[in-house]
Amino acid sequence: MTVTRSGPLPDEVYDVVVVGAGVVGAAIARELARYPLRTALVEASADVGEGTSKANTAILHTGFDAVPGSLEARLVHEGQGRLAAYAEECGIPVEPIGALLVAWDDEQLAALPALAGKAERNGYRRTRTVPADELRRREPHLGPGALGALEVPDESIICPWTTTLAYATQAVRGGVDLHLGCRVSEVTEGSPSSRDRLHRLATGRGPLRTRWLVNAAGLYADAFDRLLGHTDFSVTPRRGQLMVFDKIARALVGHILLPVPTALGKGVLVSPTVYGNVMLGPTAEDLDDKRATGSTAEGLAFLREKGRRIVPDLLEEEVTAVYAGLRAATEHDDYAIRSHPEQGYVTVGGIRSTGLTASMAIAAHVVELLTEAGAGVGTAGELPPLTMPYLGEARARPYRRADLIAADPAYGALVCHCERVSRGEIRDALAADIPPSSPEGLRRRTRALGGRCQGFYCGAELRALFDAPGTEAAR
Amino acid sequence: MTREQPVSPTGRRERAVDVLVVGAGPAGLALASRLAAAGGVGVEVVDREDEPGGVPRYCLHAGFGTRDPRRPMTGPAYALHWADAAVRAGATLRTGVTVTGWSDGPPKGPPTGPPTDPLAVDVTSPAGLERITARAVVLATGARERPRSARLVPGTRPAGVFTTGELQRTVRLRHRALGRRALVVGAESVSYSAVRILREAGVEVVAMVTELPHHQVSPVTALDARLRHGVPLLVGTRVGELLGRGRLSGVVLRRADGRSTTVACDTVVFTGDWIPDHELARLGGVTLDRATRGPAVDGSFRTDRAGVFAVGNLLRGIEPAGTAAREGLLAAAPVLRHLTDGAAPAARVPVQVEAPLRWITPSRLDPADPRVATGGFILRTESGLAPWSSLVVSRAGTELHRQRLVLGATPNRTLRLSAAWTTRVRAEDRDAGPVTVSVEH
Repeated sequence: MTVTRSGPLPDEVYDVVVVGAGVVGAAIARELARYPLRTALVEASADVGEGTSKANTAILHTGFDAVPGSLEARLVHEGQGRLAAYAEECGIPVEPIGALLVAWDDEQLAALPALAGKAERNGYRRTRTVPADELRRREPHLGPGALGALEVPDESIICPWTTTLAYATQAVRGGVDLHLGCRVSEVTEGSPSSRDRLHRLATGRGPLRTRWLVNAAGLYADAFDRLLGHTDFSVTPRRGQLMVFDKIARALVGHILLPVPTALGKGVLVSPTVYGNVMLGPTAEDLDDKRATGSTAEGLAFLREKGRRIVPDLLEEEVTAVYAGLRAATEHDDYAIRSHPEQGYVTVGGIRSTGLTASMAIAAHVVELLTEAGAGVGTAGELPPLTMPYLGEARARPYRRADLIAADPAYGALVCHCERVSRGEIRDALAADIPPSSPEGLRRRTRALGGRCQGFYCGAELRALFDAPGTEAAR
Repeated sequence: MTREQPVSPTGRRERAVDVLVVGAGPAGLALASRLAAAGGVGVEVVDREDEPGGVPRYCLHAGFGTRDPRRPMTGPAYALHWADAAVRAGATLRTGVTVTGWSDGPPKGPPTGPPTDPLAVDVTSPAGLERITARAVVLATGARERPRSARLVPGTRPAGVFTTGELQRTVRLRHRALGRRALVVGAESVSYSAVRILREAGVEVVAMVTELPHHQVSPVTALDARLRHGVPLLVGTRVGELLGRGRLSGVVLRRADGRSTTVACDTVVFTGDWIPDHELARLGGVTLDRATRGPAVDGSFRTDRAGVFAVGNLLRGIEPAGTAAREGLLAAAPVLRHLTDGAAPAARVPVQVEAPLRWITPSRLDPADPRVATGGFILRTESGLAPWSSLVVSRAGTELHRQRLVLGATPNRTLRLSAAWTTRVRAEDRDAGPVTVSVEH
């Protein structure tokens, strides 16, 4: 298994290099790991899933409201089924709690049948209209004035961190080289037709050679595309600020409470998280700066105003975390997945808010495109099964497992009290195939530091554990 | 009297104690020491951390123990003192033991009903899972400072953002996470502690900021920081935004007049703004006081769930450790009374405050038993109260008590109100509504 973070890159010719280890790039690398290929997954950040993949609404969509007939609609539909099954297999937390699109005025109420029709055109037939009294019964903490809802029973919440990490881990175990801290700055174009003509990538860690190249650079997919001479699309980062409320608030919300989409955009949702919190967001701000992942006073005020309307009691609870992510929006109304066979190059661009859901289907699609383009990928095999540490609330985590604690008391020694993370889980994460590169990365692998105290109690100890001899930080 | 039972099919060891105290800080330990000393009562104190003592463990300075045990000592010595006292009196003290919830979930039916439900909690420790049944449960889980996120401070999420609690623990572990230039948010007692800790750790404190028009400590403390150590205090100023990627690079400050300035620093410490650690209380269906966000208790530390008591800083955020310990000592008698007669409050009259007062505790009175074990109430004010202001206690338009504040009062500092009037709150005035405490200038 090869995971590198520094130093020169291997002096070998890869069959495929995937640029970008977000959820999409990691899924592609995992898919490629099934084939007899030398594949590398290269990532500019020090960890996988460091961009949009770590800061989103964490919903596994049915695709009911996609643009019918679009590539996105197809891949979301297909990806949802694949990821739901994969999550079950690997222990990625998923809860199929269902969504309610709540109508707050007559116009929104009148829009519900059309949405149900759109869902049908997207192959989703299980929507149902919920009258006001039933809505009130099922969501008693909803603010006054809800007139009815459209129920989408198969919308689910999911852990985005475990998903990306599971893909990357399985890829690495399947023989893919993961090179972190490896920003690609230049591509010297090659052609796969001649054995000598290869893509030569200049990276911050030296040169890298490959026959085939996949661009999964997320927010930077347009800039990368330009390195190969394409100007098909531009990424406009669309910032989504989100607020996460205390676990005590979880009892206030039963479903994903979606707004009815209007001409003004998708609007703000309230949703439980698989970690047992409640999330409010996102904003939708088109920006120029691809690094503008800060929150703003205006954004938070806007969310609080919206949230107060949807679930007023929510605003009485403490806020555990505030974060912002950037969606890779483009000028197109669909994904920008393009194959350039003559260049031995596939671009996976414009993967907006649905990338998590569609990730596995995108990966399969990309491998098809590579095959069509003439990359002899060979015959697919099966990857050894993977079990990820369970970070959700729907099953018993280690602190509730008498059997685990009996076998190893470290699982009964809690370090992060708010999230109930044991010393054993911290130890496991630090020794994993893809260890965290920062305390933040440790949080995404264990939930430690993600709770209401934000480090008041455990921050010092967790940083000390993270920096202890033998860990990634010490290396 | 601990009664051991075999492991249940779920892998949980089932145990029973008379009194379970959750939290081994000064309040919980002091209570346990006095309860155990009474004899004949099995008392167990559990704490989720590896060492007993609570917050004073991290307060390396002197100034503890002046009331009990009337011997000046440092925080760590004070923590040990109470742990020793509890164990010597015969209480069982267990650390590294986390109460994860109530075994029965929130109680069903009226919360003030007869104490029929046995109280039981689920526990995790390296020794495994347990279910502990108790005749009385005392919550002494303390308080913490609100972190940056809960204060809704916008900006990026860089490293270098602390609360005083995390700062204290970081220093204790001699960790290098502290930077070189720090900004301290707050100008109350704990804020000046943070300044001292930073300075002793070799970190330059570039400024302190408070939204209030003045600091909230003694003039000596404030002058010492400002003149001897050159730490400027910016009043009427709030934190507008955090800057920096990876590591904090600066903090945008907004003045009351609308002007903004950016302070270059790599560390910021958010001090004060306490929130009770009320999770277990809420999971148990215990009613909170809206103003303090701690359990609403009467003068005998009784919550509205029969057999569940709450003491110490869980009730309202931070008071000095000595206050919390004293509450623990004084809660012993009501807990013992409960064990003897199982009495639950017959009625609970709310005690509320009007602006600019922020909160009062205890915030409930049982007219049938209007004793206030500590002899008085503790309050906080939002803004400064002028000398010679009065606290006026009234109910349904009738003035019950009036107390002159000769020196006025300061935000974020203890304000006390005598409990001499509580016997005048009569049970038969059931419809008279809450008792109200207001300020008259």
